[in-house]
Amino acid sequence: MIKPILFWLLAMLTAPFFSAVILKVKAFFGGKKGPPILINYYTLFKLFQKGSVYSHSTTFIFKMGPMISLGAAVTALLFLPIAGQPPMFSWHGDVILVLYLLGLGRFFTIAAAMDTASPFEGMGAAREAYFPIICEATLFLTLILFFMLSGELRLSAYFFGGEPLHLWRAAGAPLFFVVIALFIVLLTENTRVPVDDPATHLELTMIHEVMVLDHSGPDLGMIELGSYIKLFFYSTIVTRLIWPYDMGNAFVDGALFAAAMLAVYGVVGITESVMARYRMDKVPKFVLTSFALVFFATIITLEFMK
Amino acid sequence: MKTAFKEIENGKPTEREAIPHLPFTDFRREALSMVRGGGRVVHFFGYEEADAVKLMAVLRDDDRLLAAGCDAPEAYDALTRECEPFHMFEREIAEQFGIRPEGHPWLKMVRYHPNYRSAPDVFGNDYGEDIPGRYDYYAVDGQEIHEVAVGPVHAGVIEPGHFRFNCIGERVLHLEIHLGYQHRSVEPLLTGNDYRRWPIIVEGIAGDTAIGHGLCMAQAVEGLTGLEVDAGARISRTIALEFERIANHVGDLGALSGDVAFLPPANYCGRMRGDFLNMSLWMCGNRFGKGLVRPGGVRFPMTDEDRKVLTGRIDELQPQVAHVIGLLFGTSSVRARFDGCGAVSRSDAGHLGLVGPAGRACGLPYDARRVFPTENYRRLSIPENAEPTGDVYARAKIRGDEVLQSIDLIRSMLRNPVETAIIEEWPKDFAPGAVVATVNEAWRGEVSHCLITDDAGKVVRYKIKDPSFHNWNGLAMSLRDTGISDFPLNNKSYNLSYCGFDL
Repeated sequence: MIKPILFWLLAMLTAPFFSAVILKVKAFFGGKKGPPILINYYTLFKLFQKGSVYSHSTTFIFKMGPMISLGAAVTALLFLPIAGQPPMFSWHGDVILVLYLLGLGRFFTIAAAMDTASPFEGMGAAREAYFPIICEATLFLTLILFFMLSGELRLSAYFFGGEPLHLWRAAGAPLFFVVIALFIVLLTENTRVPVDDPATHLELTMIHEVMVLDHSGPDLGMIELGSYIKLFFYSTIVTRLIWPYDMGNAFVDGALFAAAMLAVYGVVGITESVMARYRMDKVPKFVLTSFALVFFATIITLEFMK
Repeated sequence: MKTAFKEIENGKPTEREAIPHLPFTDFRREALSMVRGGGRVVHFFGYEEADAVKLMAVLRDDDRLLAAGCDAPEAYDALTRECEPFHMFEREIAEQFGIRPEGHPWLKMVRYHPNYRSAPDVFGNDYGEDIPGRYDYYAVDGQEIHEVAVGPVHAGVIEPGHFRFNCIGERVLHLEIHLGYQHRSVEPLLTGNDYRRWPIIVEGIAGDTAIGHGLCMAQAVEGLTGLEVDAGARISRTIALEFERIANHVGDLGALSGDVAFLPPANYCGRMRGDFLNMSLWMCGNRFGKGLVRPGGVRFPMTDEDRKVLTGRIDELQPQVAHVIGLLFGTSSVRARFDGCGAVSRSDAGHLGLVGPAGRACGLPYDARRVFPTENYRRLSIPENAEPTGDVYARAKIRGDEVLQSIDLIRSMLRNPVETAIIEEWPKDFAPGAVVATVNEAWRGEVSHCLITDDAGKVVRYKIKDPSFHNWNGLAMSLRDTGISDFPLNNKSYNLSYCGFDL
């Protein structure tokens, strides 16, 4: 029981570090030095020391938003086999709970944004509500595929130990499609380029950032931490699929997992550096691509498995 | 075309007697027929003399500047009703002199200040309240319409202006732009002050166009005093104007790239903009070229050493600039954002009177450097730029092309060692009873100053026009039926001046 707790804590501790890797990669492509690699820890430390400012027009919903979104991300992590280690909790159907935990976090972020009655935040909320719906279709189709391959509806049945290797053996090449699709979902869910630009200062073009404009101090810190953890969550899933091996030693597995995670974060950074973001009305098409990919993967796999 | 308007020369004073003073009805008819026949409005303003308000218009056709004046009636049939390019100018006259253009389709204040002669206010404003934005904005009705208000305090470190979007979903139906927050009364400030202070004042009209406005003022004073500028000074001024153009265009191309989240050009352009500003610094000790241009010449000579240093720096930068511009336009995801975004048709651009890169992007090739050459431009061949599409891509492309062309122009001028005399003395008296209009192509487009002196040689009217005065409505037009999330991109593709408009 100690090991899962340890990895769970380790995941939350290292999530801000991994996010900073993206900043470093982007800085490299931009010909800059970039911020220090521990920048996100400094930011969190700074934010948690501050006080919060609340608008008179907001209600308790506004204050609940950050807490629930962080809480949801942290709870979702409890079910995830990190570095191939057993998760803290696992039961039949936990995947659906996890997906809706993350959905709950988003719901309250949106509700908090609407609570401010700012036209900017309303626009951001509308966009934030729209794009992940398409992601959900992709995720559920992936779930159907994984269920057919493994016969189980648990995260640990897909990502624990050598399980991902079984998925590869059963599905073969179509799983590449799934990896790409999940990477697109990762970019969308975590508001990265080409869907959103986390670095922009222009409210009118923002999706996620504009929704948290009114949050300050510890509230903003919770939102930031929650977003690091959420990114870690999706990256772990992609990482386990591209590095499906199990060495049998927690330490070695952890190190190799970290290296593979760095690669995934690095690819996110490279994606952000080599392309512009899409026009807002093109984004749904991009996200739908992930659905199409998984759809084909499922069809092909079904055919082979008959 | 035959017209009652009198042809005047750019930068040369014309005696006021020689400029036709028409009865208002004739003036109106002639001006309308000029502009309908393809002419454009350079200036249309009022001025007060002996307790009477008079109007003066400077128009241009393909290769001439034409001027005429008239007495201003207290109210008249708006020219805008029949000919849109007068739209902003008539609003400005109404604001400055309380003269009402009857039937003007959009009689809205321009900058929010009481008129100069304490006539009843045309807009019914109480100027005791110091908020320009207190005004009923154009609104769209409907269940699904939402309004977004942006500014006057902005997210980026830019100037104040208020933007009111009427949207249906993500689509903008109408954008109304409200400015005036930076109004400093520059025009009365100039006539009220000794002309020796003018250089400092005009360089502050729009800090990023210090050379453009500085040149217009200097040429006007030179025209009125008969001061000769030596060839070396002409070259230095031309180089300074081109450096200003390059630095701003490069900076904006970088910002456009940053707005679509394509980082490499954003970073490199930011650095290269600094490199070009530093060349202005090398020339005169100020990154924006302030303090270089003065009536009669320049304050800093260009030595052989300077030419060597600048040529060396340009030789090093040119391949980098070409590479980064190539990278920006060669990246398909960037083109996907630029192409077709915020397009303005050529005919709309003509009605709005767009100038500069914004006009050239809509297929209006007018470039004051070619049509009304001043300084050293007569000796240079300025290529004709025009893009047909009128979208963000066209505006960016024009600017990218101009950067590379300007680098070549500067390089060719640096090859030519000419002695420069430094000016030390101030010019003496202004020609009495004269009108002078100066036109220069600054980086945003046509900058023009127009001065009128009385019989004692005192300046009774100093009229300034920044290209932003024409182009702000182009931005509003670009946003019609465009996604609201593309507003920052369009805004940056114009990058208009708030203070240059507000005066």
